[in-house]
Amino acid sequence: MEKKSSSLVYKGWCIFSKDLKSELRNRYALNALLMFAVTTLVAVSFAVGQFGLGENLLAALFWIVIFFSALSGLAQTFIKEEETKTASTLKLVASASSIYLGKLTFNIALLLALEVVIVPLFFLLSNVGGANLLLFFAVLILASLGLAAATTLIAAMVSKAAVKGALFAALSFPILLPLLVTAIQGTELSFKGEAFMSGFSELKVLLSYLVVMLVASLMLFDFVWSE
Amino acid sequence: MPDFWKFFLLLLMSAVIIAAWSMEPPQNQLGEVSRLFYFHIPVAWVTALAYFVAMSHSVLYLRRRELLYDVKASSAAELGTLFCVLATITGSIFAKMTWGAFWNWDPRQTSILILLLIYGAYLALRSAVREPGRKAALSSVYCIFAFPAAVFLIFVTPRAYQSLHPASSVIDTSGRIQMPAPILVTFLASLICFTLIFIWVYTLQTAIGRNRLSERKL
Repeated sequence: MEKKSSSLVYKGWCIFSKDLKSELRNRYALNALLMFAVTTLVAVSFAVGQFGLGENLLAALFWIVIFFSALSGLAQTFIKEEETKTASTLKLVASASSIYLGKLTFNIALLLALEVVIVPLFFLLSNVGGANLLLFFAVLILASLGLAAATTLIAAMVSKAAVKGALFAALSFPILLPLLVTAIQGTELSFKGEAFMSGFSELKVLLSYLVVMLVASLMLFDFVWSE
Repeated sequence: MPDFWKFFLLLLMSAVIIAAWSMEPPQNQLGEVSRLFYFHIPVAWVTALAYFVAMSHSVLYLRRRELLYDVKASSAAELGTLFCVLATITGSIFAKMTWGAFWNWDPRQTSILILLLIYGAYLALRSAVREPGRKAALSSVYCIFAFPAAVFLIFVTPRAYQSLHPASSVIDTSGRIQMPAPILVTFLASLICFTLIFIWVYTLQTAIGRNRLSERKL
């Protein structure tokens, strides 16, 4: 049993490093993702920057930028497998769960790479002063993990459909809304500089969302992948 | 559905409509608009019921791989969309008359909108996949996957945030029903009527779907 689970994690890791290598070679997803995010952020900041927005609007704008940038890039990892017709080979070498874990890790890495660029830029452009950074990063990381967990399964579904781009956003939005609402509220609290414990209920909701989505994805991924 | 039930439905629905418009409004301080109560809640109930039927048939499809379950799931989802639109519209009218605006992002309004979006995304996904087996599998997975999100929105969010939606007027916090007997009877009759309408149209729709399936096999 232990050996089986270790090989599951090991194979997941192999798929992650394979994706990472091919991504670093051509930067297919990352460049598009970054440019999308930077363009959106600059456009938003240019349009509303001089008005000195309140914390609630800033938190909403921040998550809108993250959400749409994520949606522009996170489906690529599965679409690429379908386009280059490598999906069947992947099916032969690894089980569905390990593929899900590998792709999930890759999407998390992609999202964190995006945030490394976006977060400092956002703080630079929006003049948020006196934010509670500990709460901010706790919300950011938990919400990013939840975002990746929920969208990876949808990305796999979208890669099997005929129209991909618009469908990904349409399918993801209703499922991600509880996450987005909670993340926006937690981020707003952190921008206001509230104490860490005041955002504790938001963190609990984000954590439970992450666990629920992870379990549901692991249960359902096999059905999508075997199609 | 046997003919007996159709006549029963005709009589009961007529009685509900007459009672809903001839009795005192169920909540006097809200006035005439509170008559919507007899129609809004049953429609919202059918919306949730239809979603549950769609979700459980999606599970059955993934287990047994028979397209008939997919027909049942998608018929329930299509009907659910219709009832969801009706619930949203009746709710907005109520909101306009009591809170002053058709839409004000009350948690209840948000959750019904998300249910509508889930149904819409489900139907969009179905039209985006051509091959029937794949269409059935992907839409079943989506229907099941959206379920936790719907549970979060319907049960967690409205309790975490303040809502103007009248809930305590129907069932108070201790779980007891606080309604005078004639209002309660009319309400329950209306609930039965809308559920019967759902079952009726649902059996018709699945019959059509079953015929299409057997046509394709020929």
